[in-house]
Amino acid sequence: MKNKKSSAPQEAETRPSRCPDNSAFKQQKLPAWKPQLTAASVLSTFFLTGAFCLSVGVSLIVAAKSVREIQVDYSDKCSHCSKLRENSSNWNSECLCSINITLAEDMLGDVFMYYGLQNFYQNHRRYALSRSDEQLLGRNVDVQNSYCAPFATYQNGTPMAPCGAIANSMFNDTIDLFYNFNSSVIQVPLLKTGNSWWTDKNVKFRNPESHNLSAAFAGTARPPYWHKAVYLLDEEDEKNNGYINDDFIIWMRVSAFATFRNLYRRISRKGQFTDGLPAGNYTFHISYNFPVSKFKGKKYVILSTMVWSGGSNPFLGIAYLVCGAAATLTDALKLFPECRNNAEELRSRIA
Amino acid sequence: MTVPREMPEKWPRVRGPGGAEEERRVRANAREYNEKFQYASNCIKTSKYNIVTFLPVNLFEQFQEVANTYFLFLLILQLIPQISSLSWFTTIVPLVLVLTITAVKDATDDYFRHKSDNQVNNRQSQVLIGGVLRQEQWMNVRVGDIIKLENNQFVAADLLLLCSSEPHGLCYVETAELDGETNMKVRQATPVTSELADISTLARFDGEVICEPPNNKLDKFGGTLYWKENKFPLSNQNMLLRGCVLRNTEWCFGLVVFAGPDTKLMQNSGRTKFKRTSIDRLMNTLVLWIFGFLVCMGVILAIGNAIWEHEVGVCFQIYLPWDEGVHSAVFSGFLSFWSYIIILNTVVPISLYVSVEVIRLGHSYFINWDKKMYCAKRRTPAEARTTTLNEELGQVEYIFSDKTGTLTQNIMVFSKCSVNGHSYGDVQDVLGHNVELGERPEPVDFSFNPLADPGFQFWDPSLLEAVQLGDPHVHEFFRLLSLCHTVMSEEKSEGELYYKAQSPDEGALVTAARNFGFVFRSRTPKTITVHELGRAITYQLLAILDFNNIRKRMSVIVRSPEGKIRLYCKGADTILLERLHPSNQDLTNVTTDHLNEYAGEGLRTLVLACKDLEESYYEDWAERLRRASGAPEAREDRLARLYDEVERDMTLLGATAIEDKLQQGVPETIAILTLANIKIWVLTGDKQAPGSPCAETAVNIGYSCKMLTDDMTEVFVVTGHTVLEVREELRKAREKMMDGSRSMGNGFSYQEKLSSSKLTSVLEAIAGEYALVINGHSLAHALEADMEVEFLETACACKAVICCRVTPLQKAQVVELVKKYKKAVTLAIGDGANDVSMIKTAHIGVGISGQEGIQAVLASDYSFSQFKFLQRLLLVHGRWSYLRMCKFLCYFFYKNFAFTMVHFWFGFFCGFSAQTVYDQYFITLYNIVYTSLPVLAMGVFDQDVPEQRSMEYPKLYEPGQLNLLFNKREFFICIAQGIYTSVLMFFIPYGVFADATRDDGAQLADYQSFAVTVATSLVIVVSVQIGLDTGFWTAINHFFIWGSLAAYFAILFAMHSDGLFQMFPNQFRFVGNAQNTLAQPTVWLTIALTTVVCIMPVVAFRFLKLDLKPELSDTVRYTQLVRKKQKPQHRCARRGGCGGGSRRSGYAFSHQEGFGELIMSGKNMRLSSLALSGFTARPGAAWIETLRRKKGGESSPDTAAKG
Repeated sequence: MKNKKSSAPQEAETRPSRCPDNSAFKQQKLPAWKPQLTAASVLSTFFLTGAFCLSVGVSLIVAAKSVREIQVDYSDKCSHCSKLRENSSNWNSECLCSINITLAEDMLGDVFMYYGLQNFYQNHRRYALSRSDEQLLGRNVDVQNSYCAPFATYQNGTPMAPCGAIANSMFNDTIDLFYNFNSSVIQVPLLKTGNSWWTDKNVKFRNPESHNLSAAFAGTARPPYWHKAVYLLDEEDEKNNGYINDDFIIWMRVSAFATFRNLYRRISRKGQFTDGLPAGNYTFHISYNFPVSKFKGKKYVILSTMVWSGGSNPFLGIAYLVCGAAATLTDALKLFPECRNNAEELRSRIA
Repeated sequence: MTVPREMPEKWPRVRGPGGAEEERRVRANAREYNEKFQYASNCIKTSKYNIVTFLPVNLFEQFQEVANTYFLFLLILQLIPQISSLSWFTTIVPLVLVLTITAVKDATDDYFRHKSDNQVNNRQSQVLIGGVLRQEQWMNVRVGDIIKLENNQFVAADLLLLCSSEPHGLCYVETAELDGETNMKVRQATPVTSELADISTLARFDGEVICEPPNNKLDKFGGTLYWKENKFPLSNQNMLLRGCVLRNTEWCFGLVVFAGPDTKLMQNSGRTKFKRTSIDRLMNTLVLWIFGFLVCMGVILAIGNAIWEHEVGVCFQIYLPWDEGVHSAVFSGFLSFWSYIIILNTVVPISLYVSVEVIRLGHSYFINWDKKMYCAKRRTPAEARTTTLNEELGQVEYIFSDKTGTLTQNIMVFSKCSVNGHSYGDVQDVLGHNVELGERPEPVDFSFNPLADPGFQFWDPSLLEAVQLGDPHVHEFFRLLSLCHTVMSEEKSEGELYYKAQSPDEGALVTAARNFGFVFRSRTPKTITVHELGRAITYQLLAILDFNNIRKRMSVIVRSPEGKIRLYCKGADTILLERLHPSNQDLTNVTTDHLNEYAGEGLRTLVLACKDLEESYYEDWAERLRRASGAPEAREDRLARLYDEVERDMTLLGATAIEDKLQQGVPETIAILTLANIKIWVLTGDKQAPGSPCAETAVNIGYSCKMLTDDMTEVFVVTGHTVLEVREELRKAREKMMDGSRSMGNGFSYQEKLSSSKLTSVLEAIAGEYALVINGHSLAHALEADMEVEFLETACACKAVICCRVTPLQKAQVVELVKKYKKAVTLAIGDGANDVSMIKTAHIGVGISGQEGIQAVLASDYSFSQFKFLQRLLLVHGRWSYLRMCKFLCYFFYKNFAFTMVHFWFGFFCGFSAQTVYDQYFITLYNIVYTSLPVLAMGVFDQDVPEQRSMEYPKLYEPGQLNLLFNKREFFICIAQGIYTSVLMFFIPYGVFADATRDDGAQLADYQSFAVTVATSLVIVVSVQIGLDTGFWTAINHFFIWGSLAAYFAILFAMHSDGLFQMFPNQFRFVGNAQNTLAQPTVWLTIALTTVVCIMPVVAFRFLKLDLKPELSDTVRYTQLVRKKQKPQHRCARRGGCGGGSRRSGYAFSHQEGFGELIMSGKNMRLSSLALSGFTARPGAAWIETLRRKKGGESSPDTAAKG
């Protein structure tokens, strides 16, 4: 014991050395790439970026230009319905409204029908939060303890299905489109499925498991603003009913801003509409249920074609053009003096 | 000092009110008695925690940090459902992470403290228990125990020395660990106890010590020993303090008076003041500002919320009724304020403090690992003892340096001498021309002399020739050197002589004499034996006329074997030259010239003289001396008069010049640091005689280490003794500087501006280089409250400042003064205990390790073993640290503002509802996963220019001093950039998503897609930005930057995967979002556009700045290939004796008074040496035999004991 103790300091002294390792890491000599902002690299980067932006901008604008779009504000046009809906006691009375439009040109290709809402704050925190994804997954949950408040249960304790403010406020107008062809009226065939995201339809939303839907939703009640129960959303199509109803799914994907459009129907391309919507007169038949005037909102119905970049929004294209122009301009402003300098240098060297 | 008057009869009251100890009573060998007082045991504890207390104590400490409490507060806010806009885990995850990292660091630190405590506590010592010596661990030693110490052992506690192996109860200790002084000190037991030599009597010893309570005064002790009805006063002279090492003493016994935490060593190791860097302070201010900014934003958004709820929300109530309890828009606004505080809290990032610590730790390791700061000779690497100051190393403006041991090696080398008007020592080549340094020929060969010290080197062969030719002057010269000193010799074996000198100067002189054949061999109280050119001659030592500060000389009176009595004297030239016999005038003139020449080269000089004394005169004088020394009163005066009388009319023998060897690389380092615009002030505490024009040595050192150069316009020397004189001298200096700058003709009339308020700015504009030398006496006046500003302004206008003979306190005062009036970073460097105060005062304290004690190192923040490493520490490590820290902070604030401000803009579009833009997991992980490592890597590894360049271009150091890289302006630029980014980050996607649909017509403008798009573009933008900021892409940087991006996408897809959603549907609501959104070309085009728009202006701006106003570092980077090698200017400037005699270093003694007396009394002689005195009369070699016999006999028990 004693020997060990006394030899310890000696060992410390005869230890090889306290010299630090000579490793590249410890000596801060790791090989490294040292990029520098040189005139050549900066100017060429700017040039390439400018070229890229300009070309993208041009193609975006060209694409957006080719989109045909028609937008109708029907909350204005159907003002009688708007008025009626303002009084909530009339909730049960039906209000129909027709709007005529004229297509000057054919709308070729796939045509999509949207409903648009303005001033509807789907992105409000408490609104966006008010849902139970677990319930929508068909699981049996205690909605009282979920985020669904204030639309979780009725006073008698019956849980709402689906619960929450989002579900409760679901858009419930029905819009049909008629083609006035040679004084005959043809209903434009509309597809009501396949409009939502695949993951939403197949992963995120599930009906509760049971032998039939109404049994699955037994013991629950529809949300207060709904006219019919959730299992009656689409009685024709078992695969589009209950929580997995496309309209419901699309509504439940809350929008980023207070003004938004959601896909309502796609034009089924059959018969006269194989190439899209031919030019002519059309009529929207709208069953006006969803009140908007109360919160100073507006409702639109929109027909639009699509291109690779989406709809007709020209913003991105313009932004790219501006950005590309700015980059090129900067480049040019910088490049000319640079060239002049180089030339002068060359000249002076020759001299 | 409290010395109890009487031994109280009754049970004493040692504890005063409040439990403070008033006095200490210790009875030897009486553990039960001493236990009553509950004195601290000898177990020391520097650790803070143990396993049980660690968690609560550490958490308590951590929550004392404002930042941590702030986040705890946020966490509590988040638990309130009405306002919780974020899940609780977004705060708790980072908080726990931060707390864990800190706790782990604290735990490791404490573990090492435990380890070192254990090591110290388990040291063995021999304790006398029950009459037997027992091996005990240090921690088991109790107050009142008697312990035995052996040679070279550490003293275990504060002991009262009882007896020792040496006569008169003397013992020698080295106090290096305590006060940093390496010279040995003598301690003596009280006469009564010094006879208790054997164990049995010691075991019966029952004296009681009553003394002062524990304190930290190292040089004071007051107490009384009560024993056998008598009392004996005790002083510091009787104490052995913990931390000392016993030297040259075989053994000794001591009574433990203070143990463990009560010892003076532990009482002195008070907690060092916690130092903060200026960046720290700035950071704290900025965090406060940001906090204010946060509150402002919260208020704006809360008002917005109230208005919105009033205007819009009210109508929207059918779809979204207000929460329960919310009845008015105003209350809703109030709640939304807190919700926004939660959301926007990420502008004050919790990870900031931890990241800063991590970066500093990394920099500290780089300092520890630096091979170029490792001293192979002393085997000490550089050490960053504090890990929190690194970036301040890049901002130093003032360096305060100690001289001895820091600039100089404290090694004195006999370099030149003047004998009888002939100067020796210049290195000459064959033709007799003086040779420049660096091409030295072979040193003189001393092999003829078996007793020569192999370490001694001399370059001028003519001196040895003169000795061998038998020049009587040269012989007398060296004889004086071998006789007139107070050196002790030790001869371990035949011919192996060791000198123990009081001052290195003396050692150098005696060693020189030894090599030239006049070997001082041994001494007894009455004799000195010298080997003169092979012949052993024993001189009778009649008297030592000791050195003191007033005399500034010492003499010996010896009787040669032939019976002649001679006085040999050496001393300061100013004193001695006046005491020479008038017949020496011619020789004096020549010697004075030589002295001036030596002084001009920075050498320390001494004048030697001798005088024959008549037998009868000496008898008479000796008789008067005896009487005078026996006189009860005015003894000192009478002795001084007698000394003065005999040291007159001496014959000049010559002069010596000793080189105070500089540390390696000091002049180069100082030159480079000066180029880096760092002002160096030398504060030296050289023990010089008061009242002498002492500045010379310091000035000489100033020249030799390039602090002062011949280019300097003027060197002001302030040596005034009164306030008025000092003020006058300072005023004159200032006026001269003004005149100088006026004559530069830059057209300004300084006279008008000369109001005291504008003095600083005027003095800063001074042209020309000036230096100021001030001595301690004048400094004391200059530091008085009414003059300090004047002094500081004058001093700061000078390129170099030298303060000599300053006390440790003054050193600290000078540093404090600069700190107070100049907003500059100060660095103090020193090696000894006298530098501790200044090291602790300065912003950064550097200790020179590995030579004198460790006191300075213990107080320091950085330590290394060579002054020259300072250059690397500042110019390389400090500069990089500063650069990295600044870049890190800029980027850090930028990225958090870019991240957080998006919420602010979104607030205007979501009804001010405190809706977040991002997924909550993204918010949780953004700061700790997605963006932390790349910026850490940059903060740790970034380099703008290679290390060699920062040495070659010291100007590169300037941005740090001027605080250019991170200040409030830079901060606002970062913030502006962050806000700019956040604007684009929000509004570009906003524009795109307004009516966006997927290419298949389905939804795209939904909240979740928007969140993913913004988050992805944010991660990409900040990654590109860090790529742009990183100037040095090592593999680690690549790994972290690409890895972060990869991690982002991996985590994104994982979070949005089906599996997680199936498990926790309510938590992972973004299921399927990543694959749907990121499959859209529009989204990628949006991300690309955002990136381009955010980054391009930054690139353009930086490039323009580079092009129009390049920084030096940019230029250096560009010109890396064109290496302009600065030619080192080797100007071996020879300065003549300008300034005349005043520049001459008067005094080469730096020793204490009183050793002469000790020698003459024989008290410090070992028995063996005393025994020798009997043989001295006998000539011949017989005594050597005796010596050998004695040594052999003595060493055997030593070796036996060791075995």
